[in-house]
Amino acid sequence: MGALGIIASGTMIAQTIHMAIPYACAALGGVLSERSGVVNIALEGTLLVSALASIVGTLATGSALLGASAGIVGGALVGLLHAALVVRGRMDAIVSGIALNLIAAGSSRFLLRALYGSSSNSPRINDWAYEGSSSSILRTLLDPFVFSTLLAIAFTAWLLRRTRFGLHLRACGEDPSAAQAVGIRVQSVRTAAVVLGGALAGLGGTALAFELRQFQSGMSGGRGFIALAAVIVSGWRPWPAAAACLIFASLEALQIVLQNQTRVPGQLLAVLPYVATLGVLALVGKRKRGAMRAPAGIAKDPE
Amino acid sequence: MNRALWPSTVIGLATGWIAFCLVVWLYGCSPRAMAVLVFEGTWGTSYGAGQVLFKATPLLFTGLAFDMGLRAGLVNIGGEGQLALGSLAAGVVGAHLPANTPMFAALPVALGAAMAAGAIWALIPAVLKVRYGAHEIISTMMLNSVASSVIGLALGAGGLALVGTVRTADIVHGARLPRLDVVFEGFTGSAASFAPLVGLLVAFAVTASYRRTRFGREISLIGANPVAMRAENVPVDSRLGQALVASGALAGAASLGTVLGYKGYFEEGLGSGAGFVGIAVAILGRGTFVGLIFAALLFGTLQQGGLAVNAFVPKELMDILTGVVVCGVALADRRFSRLSKGAA
Repeated sequence: MGALGIIASGTMIAQTIHMAIPYACAALGGVLSERSGVVNIALEGTLLVSALASIVGTLATGSALLGASAGIVGGALVGLLHAALVVRGRMDAIVSGIALNLIAAGSSRFLLRALYGSSSNSPRINDWAYEGSSSSILRTLLDPFVFSTLLAIAFTAWLLRRTRFGLHLRACGEDPSAAQAVGIRVQSVRTAAVVLGGALAGLGGTALAFELRQFQSGMSGGRGFIALAAVIVSGWRPWPAAAACLIFASLEALQIVLQNQTRVPGQLLAVLPYVATLGVLALVGKRKRGAMRAPAGIAKDPE
Repeated sequence: MNRALWPSTVIGLATGWIAFCLVVWLYGCSPRAMAVLVFEGTWGTSYGAGQVLFKATPLLFTGLAFDMGLRAGLVNIGGEGQLALGSLAAGVVGAHLPANTPMFAALPVALGAAMAAGAIWALIPAVLKVRYGAHEIISTMMLNSVASSVIGLALGAGGLALVGTVRTADIVHGARLPRLDVVFEGFTGSAASFAPLVGLLVAFAVTASYRRTRFGREISLIGANPVAMRAENVPVDSRLGQALVASGALAGAASLGTVLGYKGYFEEGLGSGAGFVGIAVAILGRGTFVGLIFAALLFGTLQQGGLAVNAFVPKELMDILTGVVVCGVALADRRFSRLSKGAA
């Protein structure tokens, strides 16, 4: 089968959807966090920590379900730390994100050495049986991670638009002083948003690790940052952000197919998602008005 | 150092120390014994001290690079990629010079190539920011990943590597920065070259330029208040772009200690990690000459000390501490409160 045939095939689509999950979950975390007014570049570290937590949890308990829960809790904890530093400690969100990413990278390698005596990867988990490359679209959609990611997107959209908490969250992101003036507890709402966002990103990190059935050092590979780009392109909205993630993931899947099918050097193809991100940022960078603009109260404290 | 900077510095260091004790203790080792090991492996011998200087030098350059961005209100987390491409350029240009090029010509050319490569790599996010309004955090991060692919491509398909290896050919003799043990016997065996001394001079020149040159003053003022500077008819956008490019050049110059001063060639991964630790150096050093030198030495000590305790506690402990110190300093210092404005 030629490269084109593979690209159009069901396998490819299924693979793309699988690859989109870490991006999409991290992007949801970014949407929740930034709509509440907290810049979150710690998503990268969140993916890493939750990926490790899910594998450690699975290996320790022997249950994939408990492992996945550990991954989600791990993500929420990184979110809690970020919120504690930024919302309560009034630390700059970017510095906090950089520091948390450093700590996540360091501590994941530290724990790999401490727990498994290897600085590159964990042992593999076995008891997670789903067809990662199943060609049937329906089976892909019923895959637990795909299914829960779709649920998470719908939940985030519903939460932001239809609930009182979502209204408060958006108010904190648009004008924290006004939100505080009408009695919204800005710090609590923001903390809740960042923790929830961390948990969603944790789902993504778990999916990332389960896809490979092991943790690998630095396995987040910039996905957290690409997810942030997706958040920006989408105008900080859940469904469009997930759609943008699907496009980035299709480039990643394309790269893997082309690597096997063509003589183009792999490194040239590996840059596809990153270069696409750069291009997309350039396209939307100057857009400042209308529905696609950033939350106005981002990185502002209530007066 | 400015007196107002002391409390947050002390708090940052104290946080790091507590984290060190906590992690080592949780790991089941004695913090006191490990601290002694760290000291003995670093400042305890002249070899160890030489190794610390060797490790601290790239950190000083990447720290200066991040600090220059920070002054202008930019977050250049692309030091890693800028350093990698600078190192590649230093190795390739250094190897292609005529074999008998004298040092006074070869060294500046090789270092210039490294700085140019770093600057060009930083020019991409600079253009994306100034022309298209793309925030530099994500673009510089993406370019780190692109840089590692570009380097793999240049070494492999580009044919810059020696056959069957991931390293370039040896640079010519004139492009090699002499080792420090030529002058100080005690450093024999350590990787320290004259690069720390050059780094000292560069750090002094760069930090002084913020007060003494027009460009330096302008970017510092832009960092403090871009709106006012625009009103003063300062070309804010082009200054920001220039600051980012200069920052990339400084990151590229970090190859001075690794390619030109130590290995004598470039290999994949040489100097990696310095780009990120440089961020910590800049945040702890707070833009003062003494602060940056001190911070680079501290994190250099941690990196070398990590090797000393590695048999008992994984050396990645030191990467954790680096992040913790950043948190401690930034929590205690209000200067880090305006960066995220306008960020995504």
